[in-house]
Amino acid sequence: MALVRTFRLPHLEDYPVQVALFKNVTNATFLRSQLLAANPDFDYAFLDATMILSPLPLLLTTSLTLQAYLSSTLRTRTPHSELVFRLHPNNNIGESYRKFGISDTTTHLIAIKLSLPPTEVTNESVSKHLAEVVEGESVPIGDEGEELGLWADVAKIRKIYKLNDGGKGRAKGKREVAVNGGARVRDEKKEMESVIMGIMVLKGT
Amino acid sequence: MAHSVAEPVPTIAPLSPPSPPPTDRPLHTLPAPFTTSNLQLLAQGAEALVYKTTFLTPNTPCVVKYRPPKPYRHPILDKRLTKARLLAEARVLVRAGREGVSVPRVLGADWEGGWLVLSWVGGGSVRQVLDGWAERVKRGEQKAEQALMDGEILDLMRRIGRCVGRLHDIGISHGDLTTSNIMLQSPSQESGPQPPLGGEITLIDFGLASHITPNSADEEGAVDLYVLERAFAATHPAAEPLFQEVLKAYSESWKGAKSVMKRLEDVRLRGRKRSMLG
Repeated sequence: MALVRTFRLPHLEDYPVQVALFKNVTNATFLRSQLLAANPDFDYAFLDATMILSPLPLLLTTSLTLQAYLSSTLRTRTPHSELVFRLHPNNNIGESYRKFGISDTTTHLIAIKLSLPPTEVTNESVSKHLAEVVEGESVPIGDEGEELGLWADVAKIRKIYKLNDGGKGRAKGKREVAVNGGARVRDEKKEMESVIMGIMVLKGT
Repeated sequence: MAHSVAEPVPTIAPLSPPSPPPTDRPLHTLPAPFTTSNLQLLAQGAEALVYKTTFLTPNTPCVVKYRPPKPYRHPILDKRLTKARLLAEARVLVRAGREGVSVPRVLGADWEGGWLVLSWVGGGSVRQVLDGWAERVKRGEQKAEQALMDGEILDLMRRIGRCVGRLHDIGISHGDLTTSNIMLQSPSQESGPQPPLGGEITLIDFGLASHITPNSADEEGAVDLYVLERAFAATHPAAEPLFQEVLKAYSESWKGAKSVMKRLEDVRLRGRKRSMLG
């Protein structure tokens, strides 16, 4: 059995989100081919874990996807493709899949399955199915979900969201530290997270 | 013959407000996916209702800013205005966050539904700090001059000045810069009567904020400072020298500050509004 964590987003409790994390995945090519063939059994959002900075942006994407689904304003064909699409800052679906979706070289994988009525999706059903099809090591996801950001490739993420290097060594950065007392060490990852989430919310406006 | 009991004075039937015109958006009911459970009303302004709740995870506290429909407006215009204002606020917040000004993070939004989710800012407001300070001065615990010697509060003022300067430097005017909208955020402590002065200065409520165009930079900056000055003056007369410290730090904070300060003189003479319209 694969380890699957069920997230329940506040205010969207009726739509639990099943998330599984794998490392050392060896059959990414197979999984991708199933996605391309639109095999209904493989209706997941398969993400490359190196592109996920931390759990919050991922949960935000999920929540935006659910909202779009519930208000029938999906911009792609399925909720799971919408999830991949919403991660990317631009409006190009193919590009979103190339950057955030599973590729033939993916070794660290996040699989997300949304439970949307009337289809019933349980933690067990997802766990059983993923254990059968994914060849890789299942990684448990803790309460805070921090494990989802374990393999983040910060340089790649910065590039895709066009983030600068946190203002380090620039005049701007120095002045800004002075604003709040100087001694404060700025939490760079948290700042990246904020900006990424802002970009996601503002996408397409 | 017994006296007849005096006739009761006829009471006037209470006036009932006219029923609101029909609208297809919910009126003071919450927009999906929010429900009254797990939601706590914090404040109501002219435009928006502010609720506290959690978002994304059960331990991420946040603020939901909901702009309910205004039934007296044409529905199409109403939607458009609501969307434009929400978007403007979100854009300014994301931009400011990107430039390193401490502001709430945007956690979610629905332009059609009329709501915006922002991260929770703990701690207290500068207003609370000033009120506490003014109270101490009034009680005579400290003479005003002595209180001013209190280096900590002066340092706070300088930090406020620099923070506002930075905001203007990146081309954003706040639009409603009062002491209640400047928070002192400390990670350790939840809101108490007296937030510690060392907290991180965080600006909130960007509902009236805008991007500054180069030819209105002085004006909008000066109006921000003027509004803040009035907020200080409203706290206590003794707070006046405190604001001087804010101005001093502001004028050294960015290169456009000098001309903003000059414009502030004009604004003081004529008030916040430039044109006589509206």
